[in-house]
Amino acid sequence: MSSAIKDTQKMIEEVLEAYPDKSKKDRAKHLAANDPTGQCSTCQVKSNVKSRPGVMTVRGCAYAGAKGVVWGPVKDQLTISHGPVGCGQYSWWARRNYYNGQTGIDTFGTMHITTDFQEKDIVYGGDKGLDAALHELKELFPLAKGMGILSECPVGLIGDDIEAVSKRVAKEFGIPIVPVRCEGFRGVSQSLGHHIANDTIRDYVLGKGVLEKTTPYDVALIGDYNIGGDAWASRKMLEEMGLRVIAQWTGDASVNELGIATKSKLNLIHCYRSMNYICRHMEEAYGIPWAEFNFFGPTKIYQSIRKIASYFDDTIKENAEKMIEKYKPEMDKVIEYYKARLEGKKVMLYVGGLRPRHTIGAYEDLGMEVVASGYEFGHNDDYKRTYPDMKEGAVIMDDATLYEMEEFTRRLRPDMVGSGIKEKYSYHKMGVPFRQMHSWDYSGPYHGFDGFPVFARDMDMTVNSPTWNLIRREK
Amino acid sequence: MRQIAVYGKGGIGKSTTTQNTVAGLSQAGYKCMIVGCDPKADATRLILHAKAQTTVMDLARERGTVEDLEVGEVLLTGFNGIRCAESGGPEPGVGCAGRGVITAINFLEENGAYDADTDFVFYDVLGDVVCGGFAMPMREGKAKEIYIVTSGEMMAMYAANNISRGILKYAQSGGVRLGGLICNSRKTDKEYELISELAKKLGTQLIHFVPRDNQVQRAELRRMTVIEYSPEHPQAEEYRILAKKIADNRDLVIPTPISMDELEQLLMDFGIMESEEAVA
Repeated sequence: MSSAIKDTQKMIEEVLEAYPDKSKKDRAKHLAANDPTGQCSTCQVKSNVKSRPGVMTVRGCAYAGAKGVVWGPVKDQLTISHGPVGCGQYSWWARRNYYNGQTGIDTFGTMHITTDFQEKDIVYGGDKGLDAALHELKELFPLAKGMGILSECPVGLIGDDIEAVSKRVAKEFGIPIVPVRCEGFRGVSQSLGHHIANDTIRDYVLGKGVLEKTTPYDVALIGDYNIGGDAWASRKMLEEMGLRVIAQWTGDASVNELGIATKSKLNLIHCYRSMNYICRHMEEAYGIPWAEFNFFGPTKIYQSIRKIASYFDDTIKENAEKMIEKYKPEMDKVIEYYKARLEGKKVMLYVGGLRPRHTIGAYEDLGMEVVASGYEFGHNDDYKRTYPDMKEGAVIMDDATLYEMEEFTRRLRPDMVGSGIKEKYSYHKMGVPFRQMHSWDYSGPYHGFDGFPVFARDMDMTVNSPTWNLIRREK
Repeated sequence: MRQIAVYGKGGIGKSTTTQNTVAGLSQAGYKCMIVGCDPKADATRLILHAKAQTTVMDLARERGTVEDLEVGEVLLTGFNGIRCAESGGPEPGVGCAGRGVITAINFLEENGAYDADTDFVFYDVLGDVVCGGFAMPMREGKAKEIYIVTSGEMMAMYAANNISRGILKYAQSGGVRLGGLICNSRKTDKEYELISELAKKLGTQLIHFVPRDNQVQRAELRRMTVIEYSPEHPQAEEYRILAKKIADNRDLVIPTPISMDELEQLLMDFGIMESEEAVA
C-alpha cells in the first residue's frame, strides 16, 4: 500500500474519531482513500444504503429524483405534484432545465402545479381532487401533450388510486397521463426516484411516439437535463458530426421525444446514474446499443467524440476529426489563459449523478487537481467508474455528512469546493471559495465546446475572486 | 369528567353496549356524551333515533376546512340529554379514516365540546386499533379508562388481547388504564368462565356479563336503546347494572397481554379447542 493511501486513511480515521462507536464503524465504510488500480481491498466505499440517523445527510428523496430530475424537464407535459403544496413549491424550477417554447401555451417547464392537499383530502382521499385538477388543466392548457402525476408522501400513506384516475382520464383526453409512485419515503435517496421515473417512461410513453422517417445516423441524447443549456451545447456537437439527434432526454424534451427514442441507432448516455435503466431496457427490448460519454473539458470531449464516431461509418469518423481540429485551437486558448490562473489549485467535489467523476477531466485540463470527490446517491457502478479517474490517495466519500466535509476541507485545504445549495453557505462562512455544482450556480452551459469556456471562466471567478480575501478565514 | 374509550373486535356490539350503558348512566343522573370514532357514523343512532347526518369530517369536507365549523353544528342532543358527535370519514377503501378521527377529536376538544359539567365522555372506536388514528382516544391523556367488549369467540378474544397491547404502549407513555372486559355473550360454551379467566390473565376484571337477548334487536330496529324502548325488560336492567359498575369502578390497571400460544392454551383448557395431540 502506498504512502499516499496510508496518509489519507489516517486522516479519515482522525475525522471519524469524533463519532460514537457505531457511527464510526458505519461511516468508515463510506469513506476511502482512492486506489486507481482497484487492487487495495480497503479502498472501496459502500454505497446506496440508508443514511445513518443523526448525521446531516444532504440526500434528497424519491420524489426529488422522479419529479426534480427525470420528469420535471419534459417541457410539453404538465407535471403535477400530487399532495400538499410544499414539495412542489420548494422544488419549483430549482434545476434550471432550459427549454424552447411559449410557457403557459405549449410548454410548461417553469410552472408549478399541485393538487394542494388539505386535511379533507387526506381523510377522504385525493383522487377526486386529482381528477378535477386534470380536467381544469386540460381546459387551461389544451396544447399539453401529456400529464404526469408525481406522488408526494401522503399519497402512498392513504393509498390514493392514482393509476385508476390516470387510466380513465388518459382515455378521455387521448394523451398519456403518467402516474408516478415516487413517494419520498421510498428508498434511501433520490436514486430510487430516477429508477421509478425510468420505469414509468417505459410503461407509459416509450415506443408510442411518431417519427416519420429514420436515418442511419439517428441517436438519442439521454441523461442530459439541459441545465443552463447543457443539452443544446451537446446536441450542436453531435449534429456537427453528422448525427441526427431524434430525442433529448429529458432536457428540453417533448413527450413525443420520449416515445421515439426506440427508433434511435445508438443511445448516448451522459448521466448514467439517472437513466441507465431505460438504456438497458431499450438494449434488451429493442436491441439498441448504448454508450457512455463525457462532454466536460476538451480531453474528455475529444475522447468521447471519437468513441461515439466509432459506432458509425467513415463519414462520421472524418467529421469527428474535422470537428476536433476546428475547435482545438479555441480550446487551447481557453486552457492557456485559465491554466495560468488555476494551475495547481485543489478541488473538492461532493455532488450527485455524474459530476463527481465527469468533471474531473475538465478540472485537470485547467491544471487543477480533484483531491476529494463523492456522490450523494451513487451506487457501486458509479464508484467503479470513478476510482480510475482520481489520483492515488484522493478522498472518496459516499453520502458524506456536513461534519465530514468540513473536516476534510480543514485538512485538505482545497482552493475551491464544488457542491450543492445545502453546503454553499456554510462554505461561504468558512471563507472557502465555493461553486454550486448542481445547477452551475446560475451559470452554464458547462457541456461541450460551448460550455468549457464558461466552466473555465466560472472556476477562475470562484477561486480567484478577491471577495474571499475580505472574509476572515480560519487559520 | 371521566373519558372512557370502548374498543373491541368489529361487530362485537361496541356501539350497542356503549349506547345502552350511556343511557343507563344518564338515567342515573350523570351528564354524558358519546363521540363516535368510526367513519360509518353509526355509534349514536340509538340515542339520536337516526343516523347522524352532520359528522365533523363530512361537514369539514363540505366547507373546505375544519376551521369553518361551529361545534354546535356537529354536537347533537338525543335521549335524556345525551350529547353525541361523530367523527365521520371516507367510504371504505379511500383516504385515511384514522386521520379523520384525529382531526375530529382535536376539533371537539379545541372548541370546548367537553364542558366542565360533563360527567362521562365515551369514545366508541372502530374495530381493532389498526393505526395511530384509532389510538387517538388513548393518546395525549384523552381517555384514561378503556373497556374492551368481547365474547367467548376466539377472534374476539384475540382482538381483546391485541387491544391490551395498545393500552400497554400508551399506559407507559400516558396514563391510560384498562377498566375491564365486558362480555357481550354469544352463548359459546363456558363463556363466563373463559372470559373471567382471560380477564385474570390480562390482569383485569370481567366487569359485567351481558346475556344475549333479542330484545336488543327489537329495540335497535326502532332506533332505540333497550333502556328507552322497554325500561322494564330484564335486559334493560343488565345495562343499568353495567352502567353502575362502570360508574363505581376504581379498578383501573395496566394490562398484561398474553402470547398467542397462551391464548390458544386457554381455549384448550376450557375444552373449546381440541389440542393438537387429540386431533392427531
